[in-house]
Amino acid sequence: MEITVLAFGIARDIFGGNSIQIQVDGATTGNLKAILEQQYPRLKELASYMIAVNDEYAPDNRTINISDEIAIIPPVSGG
Amino acid sequence: MIDVLLSSEPLDVTHCINLVRSPDCGGIDVFIGTVRSQTKGKQVVRLEFEAYERMAVKEMRRIARQAIEQWPVHKIAAHHRTGILQVGEVPVVIAVSAAHRDAAFDACRYIIDTLKQTVPIWKKEVFGDGEVWVAAHP
Repeated sequence: MEITVLAFGIARDIFGGNSIQIQVDGATTGNLKAILEQQYPRLKELASYMIAVNDEYAPDNRTINISDEIAIIPPVSGG
Repeated sequence: MIDVLLSSEPLDVTHCINLVRSPDCGGIDVFIGTVRSQTKGKQVVRLEFEAYERMAVKEMRRIARQAIEQWPVHKIAAHHRTGILQVGEVPVVIAVSAAHRDAAFDACRYIIDTLKQTVPIWKKEVFGDGEVWVAAHP
């Protein structure tokens, strides 16, 4: 299935846009990270990053469904 | 009572204080973040904040709820800016009222510290000769 991944902060610079479409099959957030890092190696240079599923931080074993809103959350720096 | 706001308009510190006023409270603790002119000796031209808005509001509410569970505080206002901010402007205001000051101080500190760690808001520092997403790289 093809999913949309929203990007913010430096992830937006790395993706070159506010979101990307990416092909994943039976994926978990951990699989998605591996696919993203393969296509966008600069992600590996970040201090850390998380995947959010439907506005919540998700562990690496979270299953991704077609209807989920997926976002990549690079290190936050509010305040 | 929890009042959370993410706004592209200037924050109103007095409004935040008034939101948490209560006759049951003996004090209000307020943290006001301000844009600093320098980072590691480099002159800052401006800051640019962006947020994953729906999640940021949700996360700010969660933190405020946690503070109310942990300390005997009455009301919390947590307001954060997005967009471009100049030196001296206010990116964040946390106001907490409580019957006694210890709870207000502790809760206020918890909220700003946790906000900086978990709320999906990003700050880009713009210098005269370049720009950097704060905390992005080790």
